[in-house]
This record gives sequence, structure tokens and C-alpha cells, in this order.
Amino acid sequence: MRAPPSRCRKPCYTRRVHSPSITSVQGSGPRHPAVLRVTHWITTVCFLALLVTGIEILISHPCFYWGETGSSVTTPLFRIPVPASRPTVPSGYSYVLPDQNGWSRALHFEAAWAAVLTGLAYCIWGIWTGHFRRTLLPSADQRTWPAFRGQILHHLRFRRPNDGEAHSYNSIQRLSYLVVIFVLFPMMILTGLALSPGFNSAVPEVVNWLGGRQSARTLHFFLTVALFAFLLVHVGMIFLAGFWSRVRAMITGKVQPPKEQS
Amino acid sequence: MSQVSRRKFVQAGLGVAAGAAGVAVAARIAGQYGLLPPDGSGIYGPGETLTYAAQRIITAHSLAREFPRSTISKTPFANAIAPSSDAFKGLQTGGFNDWRLTVDGMVAHPTTFSIADLKQLPVRSQITEVVCEEGWSYVAEWTGTPLVEALNACGVLPHARYVVYFSIEPDWWESVDMSDALHPQTLVTYAMNDGDLPVRFGGPLRLRVPRQLGYKSIKFIQHITVTDDIRKFGKGLGSSAPEAGYAWYAGI
Repeated sequence: MRAPPSRCRKPCYTRRVHSPSITSVQGSGPRHPAVLRVTHWITTVCFLALLVTGIEILISHPCFYWGETGSSVTTPLFRIPVPASRPTVPSGYSYVLPDQNGWSRALHFEAAWAAVLTGLAYCIWGIWTGHFRRTLLPSADQRTWPAFRGQILHHLRFRRPNDGEAHSYNSIQRLSYLVVIFVLFPMMILTGLALSPGFNSAVPEVVNWLGGRQSARTLHFFLTVALFAFLLVHVGMIFLAGFWSRVRAMITGKVQPPKEQS
Repeated sequence: MSQVSRRKFVQAGLGVAAGAAGVAVAARIAGQYGLLPPDGSGIYGPGETLTYAAQRIITAHSLAREFPRSTISKTPFANAIAPSSDAFKGLQTGGFNDWRLTVDGMVAHPTTFSIADLKQLPVRSQITEVVCEEGWSYVAEWTGTPLVEALNACGVLPHARYVVYFSIEPDWWESVDMSDALHPQTLVTYAMNDGDLPVRFGGPLRLRVPRQLGYKSIKFIQHITVTDDIRKFGKGLGSSAPEAGYAWYAGI
């Protein structure tokens, strides 16, 4: 049976700072603050745009190299076994896919700008409000080895999360979000910038530090694989936890009270 | 409507108005400082404009990376197809002795150079990377006349804003703003790795713009025009690249 939706007009807008227990109290505020919800969905749209256009750009030369240079007449590090959209690269296929590089590149860079500006706004907000410290840094009780081990075992058994997790992130979740936000995304931006000849002329240190242009391109691809793997697990966990309840919480900010088990 | 939501509504309205005004002012200032690309309209316009404006600011005095001689690629990838026209074949048969590069437009003395004439101008050699938008790259040594030297020989007029350059191949042309045109590494290239520039790398003359992607460095150039109004050329998007869906500014 359906519990009545909890309408909490006023408290939703009250400022919540330095209140570590708030995330575990049901109905005292939105599950996800508005800034987080908006930036989450803008990032989602940008990421999907970057992924699709990135694949489109990749298939114009589906070979990867290490170091500064690499081309069809040098030895690749590895090759993705897909047909190419250009005839300048041996793909092992007798045909060439339609070339979609033009709009793909334009959309890739525009989505990158949108993602970076959104991420910047999110990071400023996250530091300003203490969101990272309060919500993403594992809490004191999560930072013990037995608690962490228990969480790993819980995940390995593919258990449904308990109801408290509709209101607060568990430690593995927190760590993976921290890695995505503060390691994978920044590295994605740096390896992407290292592919820009203009940026490289202004800041040659980045591409040189990454080991050269082709190394940066290969790392950009590996990071895509890592972020795509995160996306799959993230969506998988949402299905496990209850797809609509989690998605609704990320859209409206409201958590539906737990249903009676049928 | 409750008190809170009305306040929110007013705040949001003010925010949107302020944002729109801010964008309009920013666009005006950007236009004044030459930070708007010729293809900066349409759905991808904001992205192109942000990239071009941001890079014009950070690359104001930057040089493309130059590499040690030991890193020159042993097997550079040649992706040029020799023009099939009889005109090109005739010039090739004559060893390109009759190849001419005409510089005209907003210059005091329009001039036509042979390759021998260009070699009389100051020479620059640089070991830089060719970066293709497809993803591959190679390093080579390029020798030629800095475009700025050729332009100075013709006397560029003060209101010049773009330099447009044309290949012998029909409908193949590009342009750069004065920042790249006067840049010391922008090279009217006639030699590569201790020899004349081979046809399969764009010989006899290729304009190399090493701070941008390879497609900006078009091959077999014959004609350079200096202008203050890029919209007069082609479809007004700055070069043939945007007409095929690619960004005019290729510094990405």
C-alpha cells in the first residue's frame, strides 16, 4: 500500500549547515539539494553527449599509441577491432563507416565546456556548503576497518541496501563518488586539454607530464572506460536499490517512505 | 502562491535577466577584442566561441612545442593526394620552378613570389608535430619563410584582421586571424627534413600553423589574401572547414 507523500514545504528551504545527523533523519529536508540535482542531470546529459561523440571521433582512428607520436605507419599499443570511419587507418574491414566527425567534434567540445562549467559550480557549492565533507567524506563510524569490511561483504552479496541508505551514502559509495569527482573527472579534463595544440602551446607541462600527445590520448580513452564502468555500476546499483525511488529522489529531492514488503 | 515561492520566483527571474544581460555584455566586449570566431553562430556557436576566446587569451604569446632532433618521426604519415589537375602536373614536371605564390588584398604592395624568391627572405626551421583531428601525429623538421616575413615584404595595412590562403585544389582554403598570421611559427613551408617539401606532404608550398590541428595547414598553396572582412569569402564562415562541419578555429 502507498503511504501518503510527505509534503515538507517550509523545511526544504531552511539552510542546513553543520548538521551531521540531518542525512539520516527522514523528511527533514530534500534528499538531494536542488544544486546537486540540477548539476547531476546536466552532467548526465553532457557525459552521454561526450561518450557518443567520443566514440564517433575514436572510430576515425581506432588505434592507440604510447609516447608523443603515432600513426598508421607506426606500431600501435593496441587497436580496437571495429571498422573505421576513415580510409587512412587499416581497420581489417573492407568498408569504411560514414564519417560523422564534424558535428561530433563540435558537440564534444561544447558538452565539455558545459560539463566543466557545471562541475566548477558544483565544486564551489560543495565546498561552500560543506557537502563534500558532510556527505561524501566517509563519516567517522564508516572509517573503521570492520565497518568498511562489512560494507564490502554487503556489496559482494548483492544485498539490497537497507532503508537508511535512501538518506545517506554508504562508505563504498562515498569513496567511488570521491574518486569519480576528484580523480577521474579532473584527469579526463587534463588528458583532453593535452590533446589541444593551442592549450599545449600555452601550458606544455601537462602534455609533457602525461608522457606525450599519444599517451594523453590513450589515457583519455582508459578514463572513458573507467567512467563508463562507473556509469554501468551506478545505474545497476540504482536498479538494485529501487530504480524509481532513487531516480525520483534525484529529480524531486523527495524520498518516498519505504513501502510495506509485498 | 506562498511567500517563499514568490520570492524564489522573483529571484529566479532576476537571475535569468542578469544572466542574459551578462552574456550580451560579454559578447560585446569579446567582439571588441576580436574573441568571436567567424563560425560562432548556430547550436555549436557557444562552444566554439568559448574555445576560441579562452585560447586567444591564454595563447597570446605562446609557442608551439618544438622537439629535439632525435624525436623526428622516422616514418611520417603522408596523407596528401597529389592534385590531379593538368596545371599541377605541368608545374610538377617543371620542378615547380614556375610555382607562384601571390600575396594581395590589404597590403601596400601586392607581390608574386617564386619559391626562389621566398628563399631570399629570412628562413626559419622548426621541429614541430603535425596533429591530425583523426588522432594520429608525427614530428618533422619544417623549413620555410615565416608568414610574417612574407607579409612584411608586402606591407600589411593596419586594419587587416584575417589572412586567407588558398590551395591549387578548388574549394580548399583556410584563414587565420592576425594573431596566428603574425605568429613566428606560422611558416610558408618549402622544405621538410633536409629536402624539398614532398608533394605527398603538401609540396611545393604548405602553410604550416603548428598551434592548430593539421587541417588548418593546407597544402599546395598559391594565393594569400589579407582582409578585414572574412564574411566576403565563401559562405562567410572563415574557411572551407566550417562549410564541411569542422571548426574554423582548430586550436581546440
